[in-house]
Amino acid sequence: MLSRTADNLYWLSRYVERAEYLARIIEATQRLTALPLAYVGETNEWEGAIATAGCAAAFAEHHKEATESAVIDFLAFSRDNPSSIRSCLEQARSNARAVRTALTMEMWDSINGMWLELRRYGDGATSREELARFLRWVQESSLRYDGSAYRTMLRNDAYWFSRVGVYVERADNTARILDVKYHVLLPDNERVGGPLDYFQWSAILRSVSALTSYHWVYRDNLKPWLIADLLIMREEMPRSLASCYEAIVRNLDAIGNAYGRVGPAQRKARSIRTGLQNSKIDAVFQRGLHEFIGGFIRDNNQLNNAINQQFLS
Amino acid sequence: MRLHISHNTTYRYDTPPATVTQILRLTPRNHDGQHVVRWRVELSEDCILHEHEDAYGNLTHTFTADGPLNELVITVSGEVDTQDTHGIVRNAVERFPPQFFLRETDLTKPDAAIRDLAAELRDAGDPATLPLLHRLLARLHRDIVFDVAPTSPTTTASEAFALKRGVCQDIAHIFLSASRLLGIPARYIGGHLARSDDALQQEAGHAWIEAHVPDLGWVSFDPANGISATDAYVRVAVGLDYLGASPVRGSRIGGAGEALKVAVAVAQSRQQIQD
Amino acid sequence: MATAFDEMNIGSGGVRLPYDQLFRWLNEQPQDALDYRRREAELIFRRIGITFAVYGEAEAQERLIPFDVIPRILAAAEWQKIERGLTQRVKALNMLISDIYGAREILRAGVIPDDMVFRNPAFRPEMNGQKVPHGLYVPIAGIDLVRVDADTFYVLEDNARTPSGVSYMLENREIMLRLFPELFARHRVTPVENYPDVLLETLTSIAPHTTAGEPTVVLLTPGVYNSAYYEHSFLADKLGIELVEGRDLFVRNEVVYMRTTTGPRRVDVIYRRIDDDFLDPLAFRPDSALGVPGLMSAYQAGNVTLANAVGTGIADDKAIYSYMPAVMQFYLGEEPLLKNVPTWRCREDDHLVYVLDHLDELVVKEVHGSGGYGMLVGPTASKIAIEQFRAKLKAAPDNFIAQPTLALSTCPTCIEGGIAPRHVDLRPYVLTGRRGTRIVPGGLTRVALKEGSLVVNSSQGGGTKDTWVLDN
Repeated sequence: MLSRTADNLYWLSRYVERAEYLARIIEATQRLTALPLAYVGETNEWEGAIATAGCAAAFAEHHKEATESAVIDFLAFSRDNPSSIRSCLEQARSNARAVRTALTMEMWDSINGMWLELRRYGDGATSREELARFLRWVQESSLRYDGSAYRTMLRNDAYWFSRVGVYVERADNTARILDVKYHVLLPDNERVGGPLDYFQWSAILRSVSALTSYHWVYRDNLKPWLIADLLIMREEMPRSLASCYEAIVRNLDAIGNAYGRVGPAQRKARSIRTGLQNSKIDAVFQRGLHEFIGGFIRDNNQLNNAINQQFLS
Repeated sequence: MRLHISHNTTYRYDTPPATVTQILRLTPRNHDGQHVVRWRVELSEDCILHEHEDAYGNLTHTFTADGPLNELVITVSGEVDTQDTHGIVRNAVERFPPQFFLRETDLTKPDAAIRDLAAELRDAGDPATLPLLHRLLARLHRDIVFDVAPTSPTTTASEAFALKRGVCQDIAHIFLSASRLLGIPARYIGGHLARSDDALQQEAGHAWIEAHVPDLGWVSFDPANGISATDAYVRVAVGLDYLGASPVRGSRIGGAGEALKVAVAVAQSRQQIQD
Repeated sequence: MATAFDEMNIGSGGVRLPYDQLFRWLNEQPQDALDYRRREAELIFRRIGITFAVYGEAEAQERLIPFDVIPRILAAAEWQKIERGLTQRVKALNMLISDIYGAREILRAGVIPDDMVFRNPAFRPEMNGQKVPHGLYVPIAGIDLVRVDADTFYVLEDNARTPSGVSYMLENREIMLRLFPELFARHRVTPVENYPDVLLETLTSIAPHTTAGEPTVVLLTPGVYNSAYYEHSFLADKLGIELVEGRDLFVRNEVVYMRTTTGPRRVDVIYRRIDDDFLDPLAFRPDSALGVPGLMSAYQAGNVTLANAVGTGIADDKAIYSYMPAVMQFYLGEEPLLKNVPTWRCREDDHLVYVLDHLDELVVKEVHGSGGYGMLVGPTASKIAIEQFRAKLKAAPDNFIAQPTLALSTCPTCIEGGIAPRHVDLRPYVLTGRRGTRIVPGGLTRVALKEGSLVVNSSQGGGTKDTWVLDN
């Protein structure tokens, strides 16, 4: 398979996944800021949203203040932001175009349909309702793309590369939420334990669509270390780091079996996964949650580079 | 005379490229006015140099060097015995009939100003080819000021003519453009010149042209110096224009911030073997 | 201009034999039934256009060249004549190119003037003295034919560089099979769907001698922004080969490789749909970002086959075209089975005088242009346009040739509210490999949809038809 084709498939998946994640961030932040101040405190949640999206520097170049409208526009519709939902979907389609014959018709239809629909939104949403529709539409489109890939693609290297893209992006996204919000998960806050933290915690879970899962897994009230445990260690939780790495290792191994060769990318992925499996959440807190997450984001990036070197260039 | 030539081309990269592929036209061949005694092309990188002959009969070397490379140096050294043939080039490698060299190229496409120049020179005296070429030579030598500042390898003949400034390559292009307009086949020559001012170190190779004169054949003209080539000239590569005779054409994957430095030294040998 | 020959009707209600069944069928159809199928065809095309649309919207629309549902039919005997003529023609084209870049015998014999070759931009000095694998320069040719009467097909133009349009030939047939199964039941139509197989076989057969094992064939495209990208991806898909861009390939030690997920893989044959000028920035345009640096050195070392070869444009130049009858006589000692359109070369004084005297009757074409730009169609041009062209022609007669305005044959065509004759041409695709020449019976029929128009180019209101060659 051409390296360029694999590269396009990998990034196509990453862009769609990222668009969905951005939609979730905006939604969760909106919920949080809709609450009376007494429940959430005086922090600027929109600043947090920008940080969680990983584009604080780019935002600062274009805006002085992180107001709701500026942030929503920047994350959802801006052409200045290479990681806005619009930019992601446009990139996704241009990648899809370049590898049209490697996609199934259903995948192409979903990407192309997404792109055509995107143009209806022109320069942004005119009302809160429209924005809400837009954000839901983005999440549904991502599901449709993901589902069509899962249900229609031949199980060969094209499929595996596109899956690896999904999970590398997803792991990065989950890690970023934890990175920005780690302070509300620290044990000190348990004693505070007021409604302020409760809503912060539920917002985190919501942004990775894990609020219901939490209750099923722990049958307990929201506890910060359990939230961290869920998002980091639990393989049964689809957006957890452990789950992403289970999938990354599985798909990279499939590629390794097909090619009859295992390289730095597979070794790196296995090592990250083993690290997650062998950690305990208590130990993570002891060593420092922030440091742990920072280390993970670096590792995940290194895996991306290893994949790029081994297969995509 | 015997000329010693050393010609070093150094590329430096701020961001090292992954690979560099180049084609070199750095090796002279023999004709009645020059005999190559010794010649070497060496690379700072360890890779295979493939030797070929191009369409014009120039000797080429191609290679691919693997990076990451911070620097790439091409070292050429050699000795050539030369004779003054009054500018007439005989027994050179010829691959095309003279009229092939009437073809226009992007770099030598004439504009109205060059057309006017050609028309004016045609009407200015003896219409025979040789006197016409001498008028063109004298005019360009007089009117075009040698200046390295305003032009680049992609400057066209008409651009340089409008500036009335340029390096030997630009003046050669103007000459080619006008000569072909006048129906005289003409070609670009890249090579070396032992300068009369004894300046050993030069920052580039030299360039001149050859025009086809009935009964004489190919005759060289160096519009930058206003003369025909002498035994101080070493002819290395021929082409329709600079691109065809380019000493180095290359491309790289990755890398950025390329800086090029050329150092040429042409010296007359102390041990004269000519009489 | 004489009345055009109609391929179906012979006047007073009579019908030519190949069209017998079609004629009856057309009469059985209520008018709206045909209209309905026509709309259906458009819908299918639009869907393919959209699902395959690798283009932006504007481009996707551009791609929807009108399709006419009434097929153009050739009898087996007619096709056999065409096939022999094409085979002969392509053989001569190959010999011409090989000679021009080799021994130059045709120039020495004075059949073609030297300057027509050496001063021609289509002559590639880089190919001078260069051997190509198996001596084959034009594995894929598209020869444009026009018909003027029951027995005469003229060659209008040779396309020896990168002839396009074959995807329409294949899609048109596909759509006809879907829409009119009953019509196919009444005819024995020779299939075209094996074209991709024949093409792949042709390309595989001309792999360089240095190939070890099964050769790797790729299709090189300029990329998604090229107007023919759809065809490139369509063909790569049908051939089961990689569709590569310049950046997917690299050259090391004069061997071409593609970058794959399992590491570099050697490439032996490149079906390139990218012009000579852009192939290799080290040999041609230095600013080309579409090409592969060093490709020409691999080619010259004999380690890769380019299909078609570099420099084949010299054979399909309009000025060289006029010499083709003499070229065929020179190499083959044969009269052309398919005639040239009579052509005046304005570079020759007596021809120029004739042309200037008859500008209102002639079609005057530029020799180095293509695509109907620097062109004068005398009979339909205004007086002012003719006078403007006269000045252009006088200033640079070498750049022009002139031909009579041909009465191109017509075929029944669906138009608003009925069926009417419209002018057509035909581009068959001629494939030549190591084991000889093969032509999938048929080709692309282009039709001028405007009444009386002779211009079949899709950019100027032309459409396409399925072309049927009947099996006896």
